[in-house]
Amino acid sequence: MFLGEHRDILVFAEQEDGEIHQVSYELLGKGRELAEKLGVGVSSVLLGHVIGKKATELIHRGADTVFLYDHASLGDFDVVRYTVNIMKLVEEERPEIFLMGATRIGRTLAPRIAAALRTGLTADCVDLDLDANGDLIQIRPAFSGNIMAQIKTKTKPQMATVRYKVMKMNEKNPERKGEVIRREAEIIDDTGTRILEKIEADEVDLTEAEVIVSAGRGFKKPEDLKLLEQLAEALSGVVGSSRPLVDAGWISKDHQVGFSGNIAKPRVYIACGISGAPQHLFGMRDSDVIISINKDPSAPIFNVSDYGVVGDFYEIVPILVRELKKERSKEDT
Amino acid sequence: MSKKLSIVVLIKQVPEIEKVRFDYETGRLDRSSATAVINPFDLNALEAGVEIKEKIGGVITALSMGPEKAEESLRDAVARGADQAVLLTDARFAGADTLATSYTLASAIRTLGTFDLIICGEKTIDGDTAQVGPEVAELLGTPHVAFVEQIRDIDKERIIVKTKVGRRYHIIELKFPGLITVTKDVNTPRLPTLRDKLRSRKIPVTTWRADNLSGVAQTEFFGLSGSPTWVARVYSPLGEKRRGQIIKSTPEEAVKIIMDVLKNLNILR
Repeated sequence: MFLGEHRDILVFAEQEDGEIHQVSYELLGKGRELAEKLGVGVSSVLLGHVIGKKATELIHRGADTVFLYDHASLGDFDVVRYTVNIMKLVEEERPEIFLMGATRIGRTLAPRIAAALRTGLTADCVDLDLDANGDLIQIRPAFSGNIMAQIKTKTKPQMATVRYKVMKMNEKNPERKGEVIRREAEIIDDTGTRILEKIEADEVDLTEAEVIVSAGRGFKKPEDLKLLEQLAEALSGVVGSSRPLVDAGWISKDHQVGFSGNIAKPRVYIACGISGAPQHLFGMRDSDVIISINKDPSAPIFNVSDYGVVGDFYEIVPILVRELKKERSKEDT
Repeated sequence: MSKKLSIVVLIKQVPEIEKVRFDYETGRLDRSSATAVINPFDLNALEAGVEIKEKIGGVITALSMGPEKAEESLRDAVARGADQAVLLTDARFAGADTLATSYTLASAIRTLGTFDLIICGEKTIDGDTAQVGPEVAELLGTPHVAFVEQIRDIDKERIIVKTKVGRRYHIIELKFPGLITVTKDVNTPRLPTLRDKLRSRKIPVTTWRADNLSGVAQTEFFGLSGSPTWVARVYSPLGEKRRGQIIKSTPEEAVKIIMDVLKNLNILR
C-alpha cells in the first residue's frame, strides 16, 4: 500500500474558446488509473470564462473534484494569471501528482508553476507508472527519441507534462458524480503581456489525420513531394515528413512526424523513402496499419511495418495513384 | 543618449546530436565522436538579439552554464555578435536538472544586474524539455512568451511577438523586463566572418564559480543537490517490433496488395 499522505492527483484542464483540449480527458483517464492504485481521488483545475458546464464534463470523464476559476480575465491563456491562481490551489490542496498536456500551453505554463513551487517537472512524457513505493515513474524519450528514460521526482507534487494521443481517454459517463468547487480568482490587471490580435492558423493537423502519407530522405528533390501530394489527395489524407526534409526547408514543420514533431496515430500510415530513425518511428509506430516502401530491405522501418514493400516509391506511387483514381471513378459512376 | 537595451542570451553547448551513439547493450551514450556546438535554437536566440541591437541598439551578454570547454561556444557567441560572455562553471553546478539549471542561470542574471530582455532558444536538442526559459522567467519574477515564431516590432519599452497558442497565433505585446524563447522560424542565423572570429579571440570570457553567485543564491539549490528529478533508468525504445509481411515483387503486384489492404480497411470511399 502507498504510505504517506493520501492526496489527490491533479489534472490541468486546458481550454480554448471554452472547449476542453482532448489531452486533458486523456490525462483524467490515466489519472484515474494511477489514483485507484494509490487509493486517492482525481481532481482537475479549470480556468476560463463562462465555462461552468465544462466542469461537469470533466467529472463525466473521470474527475472527482473540479476546481473552477471562472472570470473574464481567464478566458484567454495568460501564463502569469494562470500560474498565480494554480500555484495558490496547489499550495492549499497539496496534490501528490500534477499532470498537464505537453501542448504549447502546457509546456509554457508547467515550468513556471514548477519553478514557483520549487518542484521537479518532467517534460513530454509518453507513459506514467508507479513504483513499489507509489512514486511516479515518468517515461520520456531522450536524445531525440533514440533512448527512453524513466525519471523520478524527489519533491511533491511530482509534475509532468504528457504528450497528446499517447494515453487512452475514458468514455464519457454522464452518470458519474463529483463536486464542482468554485474558487475566487485572483485578478491581476497588468501581467506585463497583452494579446493584441489572434490569427487563425492554416496548418495541417497530423494528430487528427486518418490517413498520412510520409516522405523521407529517399526523396531526391523538393519538387518530387508533388508525387506524395497526389497520393494524399487520392486517399483524402495529409502529407507527413521525416525530420531531414523539414530541416532542409523542403516542407514546413507542421508536417513533421516524430519525436520532435508530431505524434500521429492515423488509421493508415504510408512511409515512402523513410529509413526509420528511432526519432521518426516514435511518432508513427502506433498507427493502426503501417505500409512502408523502401529500396533498402534492411531499413529499420520494416521492423514496425505491417506491410513492407521493398522497392522504389518513385515507381510504385504513380501506379498507386492511378489505381486509386480508377477506383474512385468506378464508385462515382 | 538614452540607455542601451540590456539583452541576455542564454547559450548551451551541446553535442552534435546525429553523432551521439547509443549502445543498446550497455545503455550508455557515446559522445566521443560528437563535436560540441552551440545548441541550434540558441543560435536563433543570439541572431534575434543581434538583429534587435542593429535596429535599436543594445548590449548583448551571452550566458552559459557548463564545463570549462563551454568557453569555446561562448567565444563563438561573441563572434556572432555578443558583446560580452559569462561562463558559469563549477563542480557544484554539475548534475543539474532543469530546475537547478534555471536557478543557477537566474542567480547569474541577478548578479549581472538589471536586464530588459532575456532571449533563449525554445529548447535544447539534447535535453529537449523547453523548460529552462519559462523557469528562469518565474524565478526572476518576470513575464515570458514561449515558442516565439516572429518578432514583429520592438522599441526600448516593449517587444511584439507572434506565437502559437492552441489552434491560433497570438500577437503578444511583452513589456520589459521580460523573457522570450524563440523557435527556428524566428530568423536565419548568420555565419560569423573570419574577422568576427579573430575579434572574438580578444574578448575575455568571464568565468563565475558558485561563490560568485553567493550574494544572491543558496548554493544547495545548485547542481545535483538542487535537482528534484533524477534518471532512474534508460533503455532502447524499440523493444516491441511488429514486422509483418515483406513484399518483394514487381511494382504492379505491390500496388495490388496495397490496394487490397486499403479496401479492407474501408479507406477507399
